[in-house]
Amino acid sequence: MTTDSTVGKRRDPGPTPDPAPRRRTKLLGRQPLGLAFSAPYVIFILAVLAYPLGYAVYISFHDFFFTAPGVAVERPFVGLQNYIQVLSDPDVGRSFLNIGVFLIINVPLTVALSLILANALNRVTRLRTFFRVSYYVPYVTASVAVVGVWLFLFSQNGLINSLLGSLAPDPSWLVNSTLAMPTVALYVTWKQLGFFILLYLAALQNIPEELYESASVDGAGKIRQFFSITVPGVRSASVLVTLLATITGANLFTEPYLLTGGGGPDGASTSPVFLMYQEGILQGNPDTAAALGVILVLGVLVIALIQRRLVGGKED
Amino acid sequence: MAKDFQHTMTKTTTTTPAGAPAPPPRTSRRKKGKGGLKPLSFILLALGAFVFLFPFYYMLIGSLQTEPDTSITGAFPTVGNITGQNYVLINESINLFRGLINSGIFTGGVILCTVIFGIPVGYALAQMHFRGRGMVFALMLLVQMVPFQLLLIPLYVLIVRDYGLADSYLGMTLPFAINSTAVFVFRQYFLQLPASLFEAARIDGASEMRILTQIAIPLVRPAIVTAILLTFIGPWNEFLWPFLVTKDAAYQPLAVSLANYISNVAATAANPFGAILAGACVLAAPAVGLFILFQRQFISTNIGSSAKG
Repeated sequence: MTTDSTVGKRRDPGPTPDPAPRRRTKLLGRQPLGLAFSAPYVIFILAVLAYPLGYAVYISFHDFFFTAPGVAVERPFVGLQNYIQVLSDPDVGRSFLNIGVFLIINVPLTVALSLILANALNRVTRLRTFFRVSYYVPYVTASVAVVGVWLFLFSQNGLINSLLGSLAPDPSWLVNSTLAMPTVALYVTWKQLGFFILLYLAALQNIPEELYESASVDGAGKIRQFFSITVPGVRSASVLVTLLATITGANLFTEPYLLTGGGGPDGASTSPVFLMYQEGILQGNPDTAAALGVILVLGVLVIALIQRRLVGGKED
Repeated sequence: MAKDFQHTMTKTTTTTPAGAPAPPPRTSRRKKGKGGLKPLSFILLALGAFVFLFPFYYMLIGSLQTEPDTSITGAFPTVGNITGQNYVLINESINLFRGLINSGIFTGGVILCTVIFGIPVGYALAQMHFRGRGMVFALMLLVQMVPFQLLLIPLYVLIVRDYGLADSYLGMTLPFAINSTAVFVFRQYFLQLPASLFEAARIDGASEMRILTQIAIPLVRPAIVTAILLTFIGPWNEFLWPFLVTKDAAYQPLAVSLANYISNVAATAANPFGAILAGACVLAAPAVGLFILFQRQFISTNIGSSAKG
């Protein structure tokens, strides 16, 4: 009944509605049904994201182990013990070092190549759709599928080594402890580049044509224009690209698992997420794995802040 | 204001003298591009396209070879070396059809939940005024920044251990059920519709449910296609989570069973690369096909709300 009366009032365009529905409007908004429309999504987020997020932190501070469903066991609070255990594990140090190598190769390569290709794409009109589609295809394809081809291409007797002839690296790419991680980084750059090209392409649309025109009037060449107009013009996109590329790097799992056969050779391409899987799920130590997850996320946050300073530094 | 005006003034005065002999400035650059004489850019792009497409071509060729030929001539199809045997081989080790069905159920479940629950939220965020709207919006943005690796262990503990949802479609689907990016896309599209339209419908006494289903949804059909495509590639390509949840081959999506084949079984096969690449083609084909078919929708999403037409 009350809903009817509100509808009636709303139908009336009079300037002073009844005080009762007005108070309701003030409390829940003009269309309180919006709450009902949002409820399933909010419940989903709380159940699948917010609660597990808190749970991860809880697990990382307790002596946690797997039990059969419904069995109540004591899981004592252990303070920072899991964190200490993780940080003193040489494998963890190795995996963070690997990710460091990965990021040093992947992030600058991604930023440079995607900006250059986006810029070229922006100038050329012929075959534009074809180019856009071909750059984006690796991004929409399952990593598991393309990993198959890369294994084939980079194997001992693969096409890449056939092409290189005597220049081929001796322990081949993926089984070479110095080259394994760079190859993984190269693979991920190739796979993700299309997405970043589109990000830059969108950002390039926001640079006013007039800037290029007045620059060429002033005698600036194409290369000068690229560095003085294009690069600063897409700075906010660059911040986003470096951030997303870093997050992708920190999430690395499928590639070391499949491309280098489980982080080999000899742990030269393990990633923190791969260790979380090994420690937490295979060996049944979810507590240290959760601690590793927390450390990893904090690490990404710190790197993101540093990058923001570096890339977006000159922003007002 | 005055400074702004002066700024535009100086700008026009600098451009006019140069623009006088040439065509008007707006079109000049575009025309230069159309003239096709951007050889360096074009070569760069063609080189890029080759690097991006060649592995896919090689995937197909490799999947059809009787004997893996890794020499340079092996990159071209030779009549004597073509076979469908690899597809039979991989199908004997991992049931391709079963894998496709499982991937389909997993992906379909996510798409269904995203459409059913995501559209109302997107609409509410764009065209309804209610308490907490800002919070829901902030939540949606925040969610996209939560790294999955932090959720890995707790979700595994909860879904697999506590709720016992290992080897089930529900356990697979649950963490991905509503795609937040799709919700964002819905909101962006609903936001582009004029608010007066909805005000008018409300004054006429239409319920919100009716406005949503009979006015708003028919107007954003392209958004729904876009969101479905966008949502599709997530679960279809997802490896880590279904890999953790499904140990029983009968429930494994194709990405998981193919990955297991690559890491375990391949060593015992006669032509492991042929079989792997055959499986890879089957896994890649639906996503690549859909993408090429609907590439316009895919690309316009990423360009974002700048596409107003």
